[in-house]
Amino acid sequence: MDIHEYQAKKILSGFGVTIPRGGIVYSPENAENKARELGGSKWVVKAQIHSGARGKAGGIVVCNSELEVAQATDKLLGKKLVTNQTGPEGKIVNRVYIEEATDIKKELYLGLVFDRSSESIMVVASTEGGMSVEEISKKKPETIIRSKIEVAVGMQQFQAREIAFGLGIEPKLISRMAEAITGCYRAFSELDATMVEVNPLVVSNQEQILALDCKMSFDNNALFRRNQVSELRDKTQENSNEVYASDRGLNYVSLEGNIGNIINGAGLAMASMDMIKLAGGEPANFLDVGGGATPEKIVKAFKLISMDKKVKVILVNIFAGINRCDWVAEGIVQALEKIDIKMPLVIRLAGTNVEKGNKILKDSKINYIEASTLEDAANKAVKALKEMEK
Amino acid sequence: MSILIDKKTKIIVQGFTGKIGTFHSEEMIKYGTNIVGGVTPGKGGQVHLNFPVFNTVKEAVTKTGATASVLFVPPAFAADSAMEAADAGIKTCVAITDGIPSHDMIRIKRYMRRYSRNEKMTLIGPNCAGVISPGKSLLGIMPGHIYKEGKVGIIGRSGTLGYEAAQQLKNLNIGISTSVGIGGDPINGSSFKDIIEKFEQDNETDAVLMIGEIGGPQEVAAGKFAKENMKKPVIAYIAGLTAPKGRVMGHAGAIVSAYGESAVEKVELLKECGVIISKNPSVMGETVKSTLNSKI
Repeated sequence: MDIHEYQAKKILSGFGVTIPRGGIVYSPENAENKARELGGSKWVVKAQIHSGARGKAGGIVVCNSELEVAQATDKLLGKKLVTNQTGPEGKIVNRVYIEEATDIKKELYLGLVFDRSSESIMVVASTEGGMSVEEISKKKPETIIRSKIEVAVGMQQFQAREIAFGLGIEPKLISRMAEAITGCYRAFSELDATMVEVNPLVVSNQEQILALDCKMSFDNNALFRRNQVSELRDKTQENSNEVYASDRGLNYVSLEGNIGNIINGAGLAMASMDMIKLAGGEPANFLDVGGGATPEKIVKAFKLISMDKKVKVILVNIFAGINRCDWVAEGIVQALEKIDIKMPLVIRLAGTNVEKGNKILKDSKINYIEASTLEDAANKAVKALKEMEK
Repeated sequence: MSILIDKKTKIIVQGFTGKIGTFHSEEMIKYGTNIVGGVTPGKGGQVHLNFPVFNTVKEAVTKTGATASVLFVPPAFAADSAMEAADAGIKTCVAITDGIPSHDMIRIKRYMRRYSRNEKMTLIGPNCAGVISPGKSLLGIMPGHIYKEGKVGIIGRSGTLGYEAAQQLKNLNIGISTSVGIGGDPINGSSFKDIIEKFEQDNETDAVLMIGEIGGPQEVAAGKFAKENMKKPVIAYIAGLTAPKGRVMGHAGAIVSAYGESAVEKVELLKECGVIISKNPSVMGETVKSTLNSKI
């Protein structure tokens, strides 16, 4: 789960990391008042969407008067921002963050992620803040500092100090920098985060160490014990079909193609999508109804796919194990009695009681194309699509 | 022979009396798995499915002599149960549970570092279909009848894609020594390399089919191991050709975040290691067959 910049910063500040003063606003009047309340003569108006690279997309505006703050807020609210991370559909701005401007002396990069090879938490830092970490590793790889943290004992002071010295921080600011790094680590480890990225982390001309921008992601599997985090979910930032799916226990990812698919198991789902691609088609989605593929889940899956306007053909591929094919087939028949599907439907069943399952489908009133193997299913789906396009 | 489990392996079920634990225990017993009891804290002394229930794994091990366990404990308590198994001297623990937080998985692995190589438990999973040595023992949730007894070892992340492979092999009259599901999580108990190493040492396994997917370094690490240490052929299929970068594809670990983690890149890196690639998921069986034939 992702959260907004302002939420991430608030979390960091709770772990002793200094952040610029600011506040969230929902209207231009709000914004003007907030700027006045913060004082000073320069403010930054920041669109809150779940994406980085907002600056280049016009989502971050530096303002020199309260009026400008109000105008910039007015422009951003309700707008869809398209960044290189949002995809072409963009993300809607419903909240704007007004922050006092910072007098920047030095911009640094600080990121924390899981390192899957060493199964530890990896801190990545660089003196080249402001650029994305991908850009840094291409253009200035020599500036990257990596430090593996042993989770059993947590980050030690010397490790934070080493990173701080590695970043060329002047001696009198080292302990403050180490505190900020340790704070980020603690947020990561104590809140079940999967990513904490402060970019840039800045040294100001007033000798403060400040988190100027922050992104955080959390482990969905741990949200049950992190109420304060799960409350921060903003569904307006997620694809609406994906929200519908996740609320109903389905694993769904919306994609660009037009062959919708319903599959049980994540690996088999990816494999079926591969087959669609190799057959010359493009999958409209990834959808795993769970290894068990219960009839209820299958009904929900058909409903979800029927909501996707891109879909022209549906491919169902279920490998039934302990849940038998006859049971799955009954689920499919039930689903199609409830939901009117007008497009071609290719169904491939495999596994336990496959003959019984196929017989149930044949004896029912549903209109479908039967397939025997993975390859057969993909070929028939692509063929059905091409016939429609003729 | 087989790896990890055989007919004699004494097995306890952790989370025995719960709905899921009960359902799959019945299936395992039907298959012939040598279940000797179960553990559910607070229900010790009861009898469930004609087997004794214990409060702690230690007690279960002492009373039954069990050396393996299968774990159906809910995600919030699963890490604790896995560590309890390790501490009680269980040698192989298969964790079926889906949804264990990554931070907990790291904790389990750190906890297990206290044991010497000989004392250390092998943790399989979590979020996996389990382990089956056809005709001998089943520790998991897979449908036993699609697995034919034979000499091909299978390692995979996904449950149903593993079934697909077993079925393809069965249709070609090829059997399996052991099939191991290592699960779809980013941090898991045993890696592809850990299992491939066991297959290399197993004198009844002739070839290994590795069913990988996008995300993480494990498939390539296993490929490198195979290149340097293995005599047996390794066949691989990597799922997720169409997966976009940075998106989680169902399995928490199936996400491309760095170089070498996409399907295309993994296939290239595996080819360099001499691994035979099944070019699509429909020909996993045929690729194994032609590899076995060319060996003779």
